[in-house]
Amino acid sequence: MVILIFLSFVLFVVGLSFYLGRRTKTSSAYYAAGGHIHWAVNGIAFAGDYLSAASFLGICGMIATVGYDGFLYSIGYLAGWMVALFVVAEPMKRLGKYTFTDALDSKFNSRGIKLAAAISTLVVSVCYLIPQMVGAGVLVEPLLGLAQHWGVIIVGAVVITIVATAGMASTTYVQFLKGGLLIVFSLALVTAVCVRGFSTKPDQGGKTAFYEYKTLAAQESDGKLSVSEPGWQVVEVQEVKDVHATLARLSKAGMETWWLVNREEGKVSLKETQSVAVAGDGQKIINGAPASETNVLRQVGNVELLRGKQVLQRKSVSPFGMLAALTDKDTIMQRWKEAKIVDKDGAKVSVYFPVLTPGNQLMRPGLKFKVQGTPLEKLDFVSLMLALFLGTAALPHILIRYYTVPNPASARKSTIVAIASIGFFYILTLFMGLGAAINGVMNPADSNMAAPLLARSFGGLLFAFISAIAFATVLGTVSGLIVAASGAVAHDFFDRFLNHKMDDRQKIRAGKISAFVVGFVAIILGILFKGMNVTFLVGLAFAVAASANLPAIVMLLFWKRTTSKGITASVVVGIVSSLVLIALSPDLYKLYGMDPTQAPIPFTNPGIFSIPLSFITLIVVSLLTPPDQAKETIEPAVK
Amino acid sequence: MLHEPASSGGRDAAASYKSRLGVWMFLVYALFYVGFVAINLLNPLLMEYNLVFGLNLATVYGFSLIIGALLLALIYDRLCRKKELSMNGQPTNEGSE
Repeated sequence: MVILIFLSFVLFVVGLSFYLGRRTKTSSAYYAAGGHIHWAVNGIAFAGDYLSAASFLGICGMIATVGYDGFLYSIGYLAGWMVALFVVAEPMKRLGKYTFTDALDSKFNSRGIKLAAAISTLVVSVCYLIPQMVGAGVLVEPLLGLAQHWGVIIVGAVVITIVATAGMASTTYVQFLKGGLLIVFSLALVTAVCVRGFSTKPDQGGKTAFYEYKTLAAQESDGKLSVSEPGWQVVEVQEVKDVHATLARLSKAGMETWWLVNREEGKVSLKETQSVAVAGDGQKIINGAPASETNVLRQVGNVELLRGKQVLQRKSVSPFGMLAALTDKDTIMQRWKEAKIVDKDGAKVSVYFPVLTPGNQLMRPGLKFKVQGTPLEKLDFVSLMLALFLGTAALPHILIRYYTVPNPASARKSTIVAIASIGFFYILTLFMGLGAAINGVMNPADSNMAAPLLARSFGGLLFAFISAIAFATVLGTVSGLIVAASGAVAHDFFDRFLNHKMDDRQKIRAGKISAFVVGFVAIILGILFKGMNVTFLVGLAFAVAASANLPAIVMLLFWKRTTSKGITASVVVGIVSSLVLIALSPDLYKLYGMDPTQAPIPFTNPGIFSIPLSFITLIVVSLLTPPDQAKETIEPAVK
Repeated sequence: MLHEPASSGGRDAAASYKSRLGVWMFLVYALFYVGFVAINLLNPLLMEYNLVFGLNLATVYGFSLIIGALLLALIYDRLCRKKELSMNGQPTNEGSE
């Protein structure tokens, strides 16, 4: 069913692309859909462009695992649209033609700006492409039973086809369809969650029996752990500092499993966990037995106590009632954390262990972002919120959508439609994420699948639609990114920077070849970055965009003394500083397989340093260089 | 030679007014957003405060940032349209497909 619905969608959009492709005769039609898209269609297409795998898969997954901290992304992503509406929308439309570079360069005709902005567009698009492609791979494994890289290849191939046939026209309608469907079916999923209500022993509507994790009594003497029950042997004990957990490897009847050591009020107990061990010879052991089609990680996530009580009889709940119940301090959620260790036999082991969190902590910031932590941890939080706020209006694939409407007023109206639809969807993410957290559907090894797995607990049809839409989500966003990136290569770099004389047909061909190359690169990167949380990666793309592009856009509009050299320097400094700070951060050290505590930069989100640095660079370089002599073609935004 | 913009709207006499209004409304929203970040930094436990219908401050503030964004956007559009009408004689055309 999933395959059928997904294939139907793909065939429809590919057919539409070929149909629109026959009408795409000019470079304006290819890069900007001829500037004829209605503002309402463009507004929903904005939603389709913007609500990426990060929003649908990543945010829901993050809310399901760390509660309100995941919702911070929803708030920040939506707030960014206010910068787009109030500051950027109409001027961008007035100044630009096909790409964001056109707008930046409209006053100067500077080769430096053309090159820097084209590179910036490419870098930001690629940073944004990676998580989308990772998301595609995440989806294909459980849905179609194919390996992760096939998801990436399928999405890459379909998107290249969409973009290479009709460029922005086909991309717009794919995004419009996907944006509309995503909101409608997310609402259906949230309705289903509320109708189902609560249970402290969720069984996925009777499909999967609730699994009770065992607890063993134990004791410690002279620092040595032993199990009170007969038959259990302690093989090894490991302290895992980064997740503040002690894990014990136990053996019983030849089967070895990992247990969480709890020490409370002088008593020691062991709580059953789940584990995946990969031995040196590649053999995979799940929960003590060889991995197989039937031996996989159990789905997790439930309310242990709802307002201090066990609830077995389900009854429907209102959306606010659901939030109020989960916010109660006597509501206890069972969340799952991951510890990565190497056992004494050299196998790499991922241990998934339960932690209990009261509702009042779950429903406020703090589980992921340490707002009560050290000054550096607080700074990291501010940096993320700043990048999310300023990043949206600097994303090239969003900015180019302003050129598909006929005039600045349409740009404004389409932004408002986007704010309404995207805002509504982001409110739904809170319910979808929490729904996944309480319904025992989470894959402890991969939070990205929270929403599709939640849909699966309601039956095949909803699952099929939600999964197909999740694929479509990736298709819509990746299409927009590839249009933006191919515009940067073909239009900004070859046509305008190198000044290659091309007629309209050659410009379209250059765009299509660029789309193919960028799509191919995206496929490779999607395979290489497997396993990263997609929201986290998109957060970094926002930081790069906000650092590289936003200072240049804002100062161009609001500071008359801005020079072309100032803009060029600001874009370059923004890209370099944000990328260097990210590359040396603890999360990237983890990705390299190195000790994150050894990372020279002690925070993850670079925006708080790289954005001001980019602004300062622009101001200093502009003051040190003479004003450009080119004819002024724009009026200052504010007189 | 400059790369001419694609806009077909002609000269917009209300552009300066809209930009100024946009900056002010941006500042209003930014202040609201900064308040949210500041509470989280300075007094994170305040976010647990039960505000209305069993919802805490974190949830109410978060929803307000989303719904407030739409309300401000609609007010901005209304004011822009009014000014476009008075200064340009008519609202600008609104798309063709």
